[in-house]
Amino acid sequence: MAEALQIGATLDGFRIEAQVHSGGMAVLYRVSGPPTGFPLLMKVPRLGHGEPASSLISFEVEQMVLEALEGRHVPRFVAKGDLAKVPYLVMEQVEGQSLHEWVARAPLPAEEVARLGAAVADALHSLHLQDAIHLDLKPANVMIRPDGEAVLVDFGLAHHGQFPDLLAEEYRRPIGSAPYISPEQIAGGRSDPRSDLFSLGVVLYELATGELPFGRPTSEGGLRARLWHAPQPPRAVAPGVPEWLQEVILHCLEVDARDRYPSASQVAFDLAHPDHVAVGDRGRGLRKPGRLSVLRRWVRAVGYEPPEVPRASAAVARASIVLAAVASTHADPAQADAIREAVRRILATGEHTRLAVVSVVRPTPELGGSTREETASRQRIRHLVALRHWAEPLHLSAGQVAFHVVESAEPAEALLAYARANHVDHIVIGAPPRDVALRGMLGAVSTRVAPDAAPEPLSFFRLLGTVSTKVAAEAPCTVTVVRARTS
Amino acid sequence: MRVALFADIHSNLDALTACLAEAEAHGAERYAFLGDLVGYGAEPAAVIDLVAGYAARGAIVVRGNHDEAVLAGDTASMRDVAAAAVDWTRGRLDARRLAFLEGLPLTVREGEALYVHASAEEPEQWTYVSDEYMAARSLAASHGARYVLCGHVHEPTLFYTSAAERPVPFTPVPGRAIPVPSHRRWLVVVGSVGQPRDHDTAACWAMLDLARHTLTFHRVPYDWRAAAAKIRAAGLPEYLAARIERGE
Repeated sequence: MAEALQIGATLDGFRIEAQVHSGGMAVLYRVSGPPTGFPLLMKVPRLGHGEPASSLISFEVEQMVLEALEGRHVPRFVAKGDLAKVPYLVMEQVEGQSLHEWVARAPLPAEEVARLGAAVADALHSLHLQDAIHLDLKPANVMIRPDGEAVLVDFGLAHHGQFPDLLAEEYRRPIGSAPYISPEQIAGGRSDPRSDLFSLGVVLYELATGELPFGRPTSEGGLRARLWHAPQPPRAVAPGVPEWLQEVILHCLEVDARDRYPSASQVAFDLAHPDHVAVGDRGRGLRKPGRLSVLRRWVRAVGYEPPEVPRASAAVARASIVLAAVASTHADPAQADAIREAVRRILATGEHTRLAVVSVVRPTPELGGSTREETASRQRIRHLVALRHWAEPLHLSAGQVAFHVVESAEPAEALLAYARANHVDHIVIGAPPRDVALRGMLGAVSTRVAPDAAPEPLSFFRLLGTVSTKVAAEAPCTVTVVRARTS
Repeated sequence: MRVALFADIHSNLDALTACLAEAEAHGAERYAFLGDLVGYGAEPAAVIDLVAGYAARGAIVVRGNHDEAVLAGDTASMRDVAAAAVDWTRGRLDARRLAFLEGLPLTVREGEALYVHASAEEPEQWTYVSDEYMAARSLAASHGARYVLCGHVHEPTLFYTSAAERPVPFTPVPGRAIPVPSHRRWLVVVGSVGQPRDHDTAACWAMLDLARHTLTFHRVPYDWRAAAAKIRAAGLPEYLAARIERGE
């Protein structure tokens, strides 16, 4: 394979416009070709003398995985060249900035770390739902689009559960980027989506403190040190790091994958709702764990075996986020009980399920000046107290449940927006009382017949009747519509 | 060229017709039957007639150990139920159908692909390709074929070679087109049409696209209740009916 393609040359219908990057493993060109509606990038592996054979296998993996992936969080695949002839990969040139550029400005404020981290966690979740694991997450492999969304690039070390893992048998030695690689990858594991969460923890640590938690080891022994040496707590390195952020970071950096967050969506949830992070010793500590802890870690490390993992999407499915839409006022007690029972059954089926209890309330009426603020705050607390009371019989721990009062005149829209933003997997919502559905329909009919004559009570019932219908119709996930049993 | 692959039909006409219909819907241009047309199931004559029709239109058909046992009447190496099914089958095939089985080759080599029932190493020995070691030996004996396509083992598996030519097994996900570029070598265990054994009752078949270099494993739910009822009605061992009901 030639070291460089000629600018102006054409390859399989793609014209080479300019070289944009020349890296260790590959050269990137801006190309033009058949219209796609987005700018195109061609990646060509270095395959000359002295280049390791591994770079070709990596390239084969990237061709295979990228072609199979979908969604906004990966560059769109356009074309690939036969490895036996001219290997190349044409994909979307992602607009935005590399996350690497934020690292240069670290330490960053906690809010910015959380925003960037949640964007990366969103992207990882999208990947894991497709049975893929990145396995080389680092700032240089993340692009942030102008709208703040993260795009993962470089799938040369990725694992896709629906394809043969061409890299699994090639290497006896760990592969990945030394500062970011997870303990189980060091032990050869390539099938655990939580490996990406460990790397995300390293990235968060780096953004929050400006330091790398495990340095830049250059030997395999140095790599293995992360199995028994806990990193300095971020707050010891950068005093401005709040406890909740340290809690999230160190939760990602747990040595045993089973002690980490069970899914990227749950990391994103905590980063988006800092007030719901259950801060424990992990978050408060300012010193490295003592010798006893190192010894304990070491003992575990000696017998360390990566946990057995099913397909990535299956693992993620057991760590779902359930949204219970609960009315905090004017509640029908029988229905509130029925919703709680439905939630209890759903929680019983998942190992790491988290519950978000959400109530949508009408915006507080304008009363003027500070009175409005006061009223709103009192209202909010009153609603939260009601929601917490509703959840008490479920006996959930602090980290397992979150409560949200959302002000909106459009309850269905508000619930749907919450579900989309938080990767909710299952919505539990009350059905309207049985006669309301019919009366709602009558209201709709009367509206059509005489638009001005729709009586107020009917339109109110129509609204009630359509919240669960609209949510069920438009939700990005499963919806359970609950009705209390009537005699 | 899209080649539809079927192995271990085992006289299960219901499963075979379901697979053939799906293969046609997926645009199959060539058909290959990888042995064990008969044995176990209740409709050997109808299965042979159907496959013979495809063979007359150019399909590839190779011989399996059950086909051979029916021809030879030799069941010494078989378990009781298999032997009973072979004996039963012999009595249901006329000379014309036996002659069709008699005419089947052990292997067919066409371009980059080798079609065989069991291992390509001494195919008449019917060695199971059930692990990396056996896959390596089958590939080594395949005279450089890039694709070795077989059955005999009933669980679908794809063996792919690493840079060191060491085969690695992969359990495929149905319906997912896997790139199988010809710079590597691939050994495909298609899975059984007529007697799946991986706890899924659905029939197995696969499509190899030799132009695009992709391989897709498929599963087709079929009327196994009907097939099991025919096995019982024929007086074949109860175990053979129960097996297809449980997919094991």
